[in-house]
Amino acid sequence: MPARVVVIGGGVGGTLAANLLSKELGRDVAVTVLDPLGMHVYQPGFLYLALGKANGRWLVRDERLLLRDDVQLVIESAARIDPDEGVVRLSRGGALPYDYLILATGARLVPEQVPGFLEAAHDFYSFDGAQRLREALREFDGGRILVGVAGIPYKCPPAPVEFTLMLERYLAERGVRDRSEVTLLSPLNRAFTIESASELVQPIMERRGISLATFFNVETVDPSVGVVTSLEGEKADYDLLVLVPPHRGAQVVEASGLGDRSGWIPTDPATLQHKEHERIFAIGDATDLPISKSGSTAHFEAPVVASRIASLIKGTAPRESYGGRVMCFLETGGGKATVLRFDYEHPPVPPRPSRRWHWGKWLFNRLYWNTVPQGRIPGFLERRA
Amino acid sequence: MSAVVAQTLDFKGLSCPLPIVKTAKALKELPSGALVEVLATDPGSVPDFAAWATSTGNELVTSAEEDGVYRYVIRKR
Repeated sequence: MPARVVVIGGGVGGTLAANLLSKELGRDVAVTVLDPLGMHVYQPGFLYLALGKANGRWLVRDERLLLRDDVQLVIESAARIDPDEGVVRLSRGGALPYDYLILATGARLVPEQVPGFLEAAHDFYSFDGAQRLREALREFDGGRILVGVAGIPYKCPPAPVEFTLMLERYLAERGVRDRSEVTLLSPLNRAFTIESASELVQPIMERRGISLATFFNVETVDPSVGVVTSLEGEKADYDLLVLVPPHRGAQVVEASGLGDRSGWIPTDPATLQHKEHERIFAIGDATDLPISKSGSTAHFEAPVVASRIASLIKGTAPRESYGGRVMCFLETGGGKATVLRFDYEHPPVPPRPSRRWHWGKWLFNRLYWNTVPQGRIPGFLERRA
Repeated sequence: MSAVVAQTLDFKGLSCPLPIVKTAKALKELPSGALVEVLATDPGSVPDFAAWATSTGNELVTSAEEDGVYRYVIRKR
């Protein structure tokens, strides 16, 4: 009988791991992907959608079309995982037994945790949020725009900086820049966690007249007067507010007692195994690893998990391990971008923003659907930083 | 010094800016003048805590490192 592998979550990591496993093991494995929508969403596109630079249809594909024919897709939610029995219980009452389980359950947005967020703030972290923001920006006729972070950790750490830089150019293109103020609220004393990236980005912000409010961790929003208050007690006024919502781990992880207090999965940094359950692996945003929650992280982790599970099924010693590799493009606006490549041991050394990396990101976005989920990685990604 | 640490916050393994944000959250629950001890392993937390204390007016009483663990004592403003 083939070994049974269940993958919860049809995002980048789950889809790629499922395809790689079935490709490597053929008839020796039965891979099932469980996804509540059966749709694969390309989340890096939300940024472009919000700024009117992408069409919503481009961001979503039928998951079935991205999976190999021999991978089964079940369109349903996982309600609970029972690690002792090795079973995933489904929301409509069924059950999927497994020999190995891959949790690619992602992060859950919980804007309701910040008082006033749902009434007042825009976001570009969900499809609906990005579409609403696009409409709000189209109608924006000048005033104060605040961009901030309402919870840590959040996906794609450079995104608020990237959005701010692109927003400033967007306002200029629309002819409302001279009657607008743009401020980035940062949780630290610099624009971005990674110092080398901050050093690169802050002069650009200064040149373009973008303000930076430091140590500003958004705690509450008061929509009646248009004021944001930070954990540190400071206040800032806005006419248009764009916030990254707080994130938590998936409901099924929390309901099954497999996560920490915020629902992130305790994960071995090298083997990507659950720290308490050796038959459970975790990929992508769902883990508690101290690295960026990003598509590229999931993209680099999936082959490691697939290879380790394949070895365990074949009865050989697993060899691949994850070194913390992450790669993020960072748009700096005006058709230029830089790139951050790093791992557990090596901080990034971002090159000066240029058209080359903007086109690199553009190309990657275009190639994504036909390369990443299938494990055909564009060559330029293979080069080390 | 007879000051008593009101709370020890163990942020080992977390990377910046999480230790700062979590410290700021914990301080909110404490009275002015209270001392908290923070343990962290991210080397970036050294300059970050120093800058944060200066910027927010909370006092960084101690900043020390032993065996890769950074220990901070902070007095709430």
